[in-house]
Amino acid sequence: MTSTTLAAVPAASPEAGFAARRRRKLLVAAAVFAAIAALPYGITDVYLQNVLILTLMYAAVSQSWNILGGYCGQISLGHALYFGLGAYATSVLFVTYGIIPWGGMLVGGVLSALVALALGWPCFRLAGHYFSIATIVIAEIGLLLVHNWDFVGGAMGIQWPFNPDSWWTLQFARDKVPYVHFALGLFVVVWFVTYLIEDSRWGYWWRAVKDDAQAAESLGVEVFRSKMAAAAVSAFFTAIGGGFYAAYVSYIDPESVMSFRFSLLFALPAVLGGIGTLWGALVGAAILIPLTEISRSYLGGTGSGIDLMLYGVLVMAIALARPEGILSLFRRTRTARNQEATP
Amino acid sequence: MTAQALAQVLASGLLMGLIYALIAVGLSLIFGLMDVVNFAHGEFLMLAMYAAFGLVLLTHLDPIVLMPVVVALLFVLGGCAYLGVVRFAMRAKANQGMVQIFATFGLAILLQGAAQYAFGTDYRNVPGSWLGGRTLDVGGVFLPWPQIFGAVVSLAAFGGLHLLMSRTDFGRALEATREDQGAVALVGIDRNRVFALGWGLGAALVGLAGAVLAVFYYIHPQVGASFALIAYVTVALGGFGSVVGALVAGVVVGLVEAFTAVILPPAMKSVGVYALYLAVVFVRPQGLFGRL
Repeated sequence: MTSTTLAAVPAASPEAGFAARRRRKLLVAAAVFAAIAALPYGITDVYLQNVLILTLMYAAVSQSWNILGGYCGQISLGHALYFGLGAYATSVLFVTYGIIPWGGMLVGGVLSALVALALGWPCFRLAGHYFSIATIVIAEIGLLLVHNWDFVGGAMGIQWPFNPDSWWTLQFARDKVPYVHFALGLFVVVWFVTYLIEDSRWGYWWRAVKDDAQAAESLGVEVFRSKMAAAAVSAFFTAIGGGFYAAYVSYIDPESVMSFRFSLLFALPAVLGGIGTLWGALVGAAILIPLTEISRSYLGGTGSGIDLMLYGVLVMAIALARPEGILSLFRRTRTARNQEATP
Repeated sequence: MTAQALAQVLASGLLMGLIYALIAVGLSLIFGLMDVVNFAHGEFLMLAMYAAFGLVLLTHLDPIVLMPVVVALLFVLGGCAYLGVVRFAMRAKANQGMVQIFATFGLAILLQGAAQYAFGTDYRNVPGSWLGGRTLDVGGVFLPWPQIFGAVVSLAAFGGLHLLMSRTDFGRALEATREDQGAVALVGIDRNRVFALGWGLGAALVGLAGAVLAVFYYIHPQVGASFALIAYVTVALGGFGSVVGALVAGVVVGLVEAFTAVILPPAMKSVGVYALYLAVVFVRPQGLFGRL
């Protein structure tokens, strides 16, 4: 991977070619997003629209995870903490104080970024499995605290009041199309931030940290600050995803937004789609979420466990068959080309 | 707190701690051998508990008599998990860490689904062990016999593991493979076979824990998850790969949990454990007995 960072610079030497490639990426993205935005007008079935919303939400959150886990290489298995923080900040501010969800999400996002910075300070001293286990444990502490904190509803959770349909409160009782567009908008923003970062100084730093933190440090990369920045951006958008989820389902409780399972589910689409890539999270979510939702409703109705078995086999199969992610089936990455060139 | 209450908390914490150590040691062993964290470890425990439950229903024997059968079943399961899944995950050329996490996570979901399919989602109890429900009264300190039994089994297992590692050819092969995976091939040790047996041994140990736990703990498809988290914390606290670390950390976790339950509401009893774990790794990132 180190070769990516090195090779990218000479490859860009005809500055125009580089800019053209960047422009083409944007055009492709615009076309894809326009197509997705039109989808709910073609798919009018409410159940399928629900699947689409969840897919886009998971894609957005997973792409946020990807910023820290994929680009910077810090495998967090505790992102449910930030998702839960966003969901709870949005819900408490709206239900208790009447602050509209847009404000709540922003507060939740900023709060999560601050928490990520505060936690990053001790956690980024840990490496590998020790870092991952620490993130699991911290998220679990958060879950236990919320569980036993009556002000935020404790184990009972928070129920949103019913209001007339409005973009202001992000509440739509019957129409699901606005939710599709909000979830898509969130993904577009996260995608665009990733796109901007990818070729910025931060992007190169993060990939250098991921490949070999010590080598990067010796070359003058500010490793610790790189990790902190990635964690803050990642946590911010994960929390906004959580706030959206709360608005969408109108009811949250600790288990449904903060349990360990979600931390893995947020990492999964990016990993299976293609870790550290622009489109991996969306591709992964577009395969995983519909399969989960549809197999759950057709096979899991009686709690038979067949849906879980299918899901488990699918996750294992993709992980083992395509370690580089599904995207690698369709195109050879710069890394792959470089690896072929240098035996 | 009276002396008697203190003794009670200490004793229950110690007993449960030894059982936690037994749950965690298999995870630590596998990690030490090949740098893989098994995210299906809790599900191995859950299946062992169901195996005990199913065998009792089938044979009407005491679960304690059936323990060796559960251990043997889990040994086979562990070997199969390595040969069927983990072996391929280790061959991954890219993202090896993530592939290992999600290959074993996928296995965990599969096993949960299988348990749900076979036994349903109801909470189960293993009926009628002669240990069940009995307590030992030591000067006003009450100790449940199933936990005492579990603690004794755990200590015996650690003793046996020590002998196995130090006195047998397999133990030496395990230790050698852990030291240098490449070099063992040169002296004629089949690395794959050692790994498969190592996974068998790790699973057998958690199987033993499951058989012990089944006597006094309710069983359901998600039961593994809560114990798995304690096991990860125990292993990370003791130091990944360290057997002694797992034993010491298990006891520490049991004691801290018991004392936290006195101070905080019982639902928060794990908070003390997690806080202690974080405090330790922030000061000593490799855990108590780990090597960096």
